[in-house]
Amino acid sequence: MLGTATERGAAPSIILDDLTLGYDRHPAVHHLSGQIAPGALLAVVGPNGAGKSTLIKGLIGELKPLGGRISGALAGPGRRQVRLAYVPQKDGIDLTYPVSVFDLVAMGLWERRGLFGAFGRSDTRAVAQALALVGLSGFERRPVGTLSGGQLQRALFARVSLQDAPVILLDEPFSAIDNATVDDLMTVIRGWHREGRTVVAVLHDLALVRAHFPQTLLMARQAIAWGPTAQVLTPENLARSRAMTEAFDDTAPFCEVSPDGGHAHPHGHDHDHGHDHSDGHAHGDRHGHAGDKAAVSGSPSGQAKTHPHA
Amino acid sequence: MLDGLFAPFVEFAFMRRALAGILALALSGAPLGVLLMLRRMSLTGDGLSHAILPGTAIAYAVFGLSLWHMTLGGFLAGGAIMLLAGVMARTTMLKEDATLASFYLISLALGVMIVSLRGSNVDLMHFLFGSVLALDDATLLLVAGIASVTLVSLAVLWRPLVLDGLDPGFLRTVSRSGAPAYFGFMILLVLNLVAGFHALGTLLAVGFLVLPAVTARFWARDLSAMVLIAGLVALGGGLAGLLVSYHASVPSGPAMILALGLVFAASVFVGPVGSVLATHRAGRHRTG
Repeated sequence: MLGTATERGAAPSIILDDLTLGYDRHPAVHHLSGQIAPGALLAVVGPNGAGKSTLIKGLIGELKPLGGRISGALAGPGRRQVRLAYVPQKDGIDLTYPVSVFDLVAMGLWERRGLFGAFGRSDTRAVAQALALVGLSGFERRPVGTLSGGQLQRALFARVSLQDAPVILLDEPFSAIDNATVDDLMTVIRGWHREGRTVVAVLHDLALVRAHFPQTLLMARQAIAWGPTAQVLTPENLARSRAMTEAFDDTAPFCEVSPDGGHAHPHGHDHDHGHDHSDGHAHGDRHGHAGDKAAVSGSPSGQAKTHPHA
Repeated sequence: MLDGLFAPFVEFAFMRRALAGILALALSGAPLGVLLMLRRMSLTGDGLSHAILPGTAIAYAVFGLSLWHMTLGGFLAGGAIMLLAGVMARTTMLKEDATLASFYLISLALGVMIVSLRGSNVDLMHFLFGSVLALDDATLLLVAGIASVTLVSLAVLWRPLVLDGLDPGFLRTVSRSGAPAYFGFMILLVLNLVAGFHALGTLLAVGFLVLPAVTARFWARDLSAMVLIAGLVALGGGLAGLLVSYHASVPSGPAMILALGLVFAASVFVGPVGSVLATHRAGRHRTG
């Protein structure tokens, strides 16, 4: 719809290089490596506490890596090469504000209008088009506080459309959303995919992922598997993702990186997160050891080797 | 009747000056007050208005009743308390409202103590309740200047300020203007409280920000309309209070705040948006 193909034409990949993200030095995303190609339609799945939202926060630059780095399209603050649009899991929108659906959606024009830019007739048309795209035509003057959950999510999708960004990140966009709305918004997502935008969505509905998303990253702090959806969402992989523990261990030893780039752990400790280097691509050297419950390694097919404890 | 409305202003220069001061306070206070209310910071504004007192009091103790010294002292004290409360909220376990409340209690007590040690009870009343009827030209210029700076700054900061309150997460992904805009807003707030201090005193300075804004909430669903109505309410309440003060020989500051309070009380009951009446008058519902 509002395509500016120039920006998307030579879009670089999003490259995750041994990325560790977390809070208070506890990893929530652990040694994640991989690439998200331009135009990819990637689902990120995994149990609660798997680090999916943390990964998204890392991608938008809200969380600094504890280790490793993000490069390419979404390199750190100030070095981001493309614009991104983002729908958070819990939108922090203050619905008591006296603003209309039109105002909310028009926020998507920020990068083109900024502080002062006049709001012209073409902008009004663009907002109307975006609202039509998500099935909210006629809602322009409604106060945002009167929208249902599904309608608000539609409005946020309209805003993303208006942002016209090459990379779109959606954090659990369909939680507490009815089927009809999911169908409509899925159509919008497929439209973005057809336009060549990179779309990364955190999702829990595996049937939906299998039906619509060509690529999937299954994670449980570390990547369990990353690749074509059918090869990632296997019963074995899913079982392994469920074996992850959620609690942070305040006495866990520090994760050390040896000079050769490998990960050496002090012997004899009993912390229970595994270390792996699954990147869904070519290499995937492995540093599991006794005591790891979920040590795995990725492979291009997503068929990680099973581990006795998994 | 009409004579009672116009004669005081025709007859007395101090009434005209008071009116001009109120016009300035109303114009810049209304948009600031609406933003304060929407961000749930009305009490923060109140706390900050008391925090200004020790600064003005120290300036008064050292330099006497000097407009510029007292203004600078008030601005510095307000700014310092604002920063201190923010830093303490981030570095200790206390939340910002608790630190601000503690600071303004101490500030108020300290300010009253300093003024009492140096001056008379008349001076103290001047500090606490202001003297809109005694605005000299210099003070009026200061108040009008602050209002002009405020309106121009708000024109620049308006979009990021509204977005930062409405959807801070979104603003962060598209722009880094949120934090500087908020900081600018707080500076404008302190400036306006200092202006309000000269006219209404430290206890009522926040009146022209808070009351018109919360009143406008009951009359508009749209942000721009809300700001416009808040401005009109501030102006009307100020004018009414001024006239009552003149004709009934009562203190001007409290008269203006009470006039605003009456409009507010009426709006709570009969305003078209979310008032007692609007909420309880269900009426017939539509088919869709």
